[in-house]
Amino acid sequence: MRKKRISGKESRKWFFGRGIRLLFFVFFCSGCLWVVESSAKTEETAPGRKLANQTVKRADPWITADHSRHAILQQEFSSGPEVTGACLSCHNDAALQFHKTIHWTWLDPATEKTDRFGKGGLSVNNFCINIQSNEPRCTSCHAGYGWKDKTFDFTDQTKVDCLVCHEQTGTYKKFPAGSGRPVSEPKVFPGNGKTYLPPEWNKVAQSVARPTRRNCGTCHFFGGGGDGVKHGDLDSSLMKPNKALDVHMGIDGRNFNCTRCHSTREHRISGRVYQTPAAMHRKSLIEDDLASKITCESCHSRKPHKANEKANDHTDRVACQSCHIPSFARVNPTKVWWDWSKAGKKKNGKPYEENGDLGKPVYMTKKGEMQWNKNIKPEYEWYNGSLGQLTVKDTIDPASPVKVNWPIGAPDDPDSRIFPFKVHRGKQPYDKVNKNLVIPHLFGSKETNAYWKTYDWGKAISYAMDYAGVPYSGEYGFVETSFVYPTTHMVAPKDNVVGCGECHNKTESRLAGIAGVYMPGRDQFGVLNTVGWIAVFASIIGVALHGLGRIFIPKNNRKEE
Amino acid sequence: MAAKKMRTIYLYTRYERLWHWLQGVFILVLLATGFEVNNAFGLLGFHDAVYVHNTIGLTWLIAFAFFVFWMFTTGEWKQYVPTTRKMLAVIMYYVYGIFRGEAHPVPKRKDAKHNPLQRLTYLGISAVLLPVQMLTGILYWSYNSWADLGLARLPLEVVAFLHLAGAFAILIFLIVHIYMTTTGHSPFAHIKAMITGWEDVEEGVDIEDWERGDQKA
Ligand code: HEM
Repeated sequence: MRKKRISGKESRKWFFGRGIRLLFFVFFCSGCLWVVESSAKTEETAPGRKLANQTVKRADPWITADHSRHAILQQEFSSGPEVTGACLSCHNDAALQFHKTIHWTWLDPATEKTDRFGKGGLSVNNFCINIQSNEPRCTSCHAGYGWKDKTFDFTDQTKVDCLVCHEQTGTYKKFPAGSGRPVSEPKVFPGNGKTYLPPEWNKVAQSVARPTRRNCGTCHFFGGGGDGVKHGDLDSSLMKPNKALDVHMGIDGRNFNCTRCHSTREHRISGRVYQTPAAMHRKSLIEDDLASKITCESCHSRKPHKANEKANDHTDRVACQSCHIPSFARVNPTKVWWDWSKAGKKKNGKPYEENGDLGKPVYMTKKGEMQWNKNIKPEYEWYNGSLGQLTVKDTIDPASPVKVNWPIGAPDDPDSRIFPFKVHRGKQPYDKVNKNLVIPHLFGSKETNAYWKTYDWGKAISYAMDYAGVPYSGEYGFVETSFVYPTTHMVAPKDNVVGCGECHNKTESRLAGIAGVYMPGRDQFGVLNTVGWIAVFASIIGVALHGLGRIFIPKNNRKEE
Repeated sequence: MAAKKMRTIYLYTRYERLWHWLQGVFILVLLATGFEVNNAFGLLGFHDAVYVHNTIGLTWLIAFAFFVFWMFTTGEWKQYVPTTRKMLAVIMYYVYGIFRGEAHPVPKRKDAKHNPLQRLTYLGISAVLLPVQMLTGILYWSYNSWADLGLARLPLEVVAFLHLAGAFAILIFLIVHIYMTTTGHSPFAHIKAMITGWEDVEEGVDIEDWERGDQKA
């Protein structure tokens, strides 16, 4: 027993000496680490940033040909296909390559052509719904000439429009209702009152270069027939954005062109393609410098944040976009609601338009009622990079809002991330008997019963469905629908990110609708939380009563005295 | 009680006291930040609450290892060996006798710092509740490595549930514990003892052999 005590004392001594010092040392170190780390926060040293800066250090690729000196581009041109012929005389594979791409076919390459899956086929959206029988208007954004109806020859090489993607004068304009052709004589488009001029073909043809933001933006910023109608993260504000709007494209920053990320092989531009994800693998350029560069991780790596930042642990489940695009449509408004069922009302017997607060139409006789919004918080869904989408052949349940397209993904799928979306809602016509969405013939003539001429839904639908070769019962109604767009542009500077507490929040979480994961702060254990706090409360009451008892119960009854 | 003569004994060593208060601060901070993470209230903001919680949590783990080491090298662990002797008397004292001004049935001594109820409680806290809380905490913290650790099938809810349940238990212990410090011969006597190391005990009360920490040696 003696011996034990002594050894105990010795070790106690050790503790007062070296032990305590060691202990303090540990605390001191962790304290220092803490201070160093929090002060490092102000410096721009996040590893993902360093890495990405290395990726873009190289200067722009050089060019070995001056197109203004090619004799063949100095001849007289009178039409687009003539110019294309000249391009093809050197670039003899270009049109053949282009014919294989989705920019030409407007069909999903992952499905059979006979399925007609894609916007050039029978796929539907809830904007102008479908191209069938409306081609001349829709194909003003086709990189081709003359897709005016279903007889268009998709194998004709000269029908490829090289210029719309490659010309750099900024003067080349396709007529909005010209089946993808520019005008040959000055012509006013009644839709916007603007006069369209024939291109100066030589200037335009000699200016060609790699596509810039303006080339892509000509169509992609105006999807749905107007600025910012469709995407919300793609509109004319990205022609010359500042860094606050887009860290990558900002002209006061990196000034990226679209093709910086949407890398291209044989005219196939990387990006999301219907059911095919933009990127199938999490690859950095260090692992594979020919990888499709579309993902954030390609340049920024999988752990882009500083060591120990919890955000690094999120990259396997939360897409970078979810935190780094806190809101979209930050400069220009985007359309969020389109109710076709209200279309057709007239004032004094005439079609009319009415603008709202944001300077955008809120009512149009042709199109119905609509709403616009700015600075919109995205909605979030599990997403593996592919979208499902309805065609007019798919059966719907009109009892509840119909998802015209939807993100595919699940919490238990390792390739899925929580991803931000713009959701466009509205009402559109459907077949009440056959229970499918229908195509209206919007653009055309009185003779063909185009809705925008006659305002007769029944006849317009009948015509388009017949044109598309899909059965129609003759009875139509309107159903509420939604359409999603993945939000991936307008990445904000690092100070403007979604804070942890905006999702880890029990009352107003951005991710309130995300199922399949436990999220501290958002999720509570109903019973445990209730029972726990009741028990805490009860013990406070308990000790309080005990204490009062000790004070107030008289103590004159002392037993042991 | 005042009739008895008091004697002052050195009860808690410097390391013990340091450890006690350090751990107290850690636990308070962990409770505050933990319940902020659980979204009971807003204080630091979620990001900083998580950061402080994890940093203090890990620091505490390291420090706890020192404490365990100290316990075993000094033999102090024997102070925690549970016993049922006089347990009932102690319980009865707190339920009844204390109101009557009775003396504590198991007074403190150098080699018997804790009464049977304390022994059991502290053993439960130090050997079960806190280690389980640390275990669930470190598991929670290492969530992203679960697949590598072969724990891919462990649901996060389960760990979070246990961790939260532990947090409630610790909070309740803390409330009762703080209250109990006021039950000495004066309201701050026990707290003073844990600060200075010196506790006032009654003179002349003999302690029985079983109450001694080193009884088994
Ligand atoms: C006195 C000890 C502790 C208490 C009272 C405590 C309390 C809590 C509470 C109430 C939560 C919220 C649980 C939820 O809502 O899901 C929490 C979360 C957490 N605790 Fe503790 N904790 C303690 C010790 C520890 C330790 C030692 C660690 C290990 C480092 C730890 C790591 C964590 C982690 C990682 C979370 C989740 C934070 C997040 O990432 O959102 N805790 N803790």
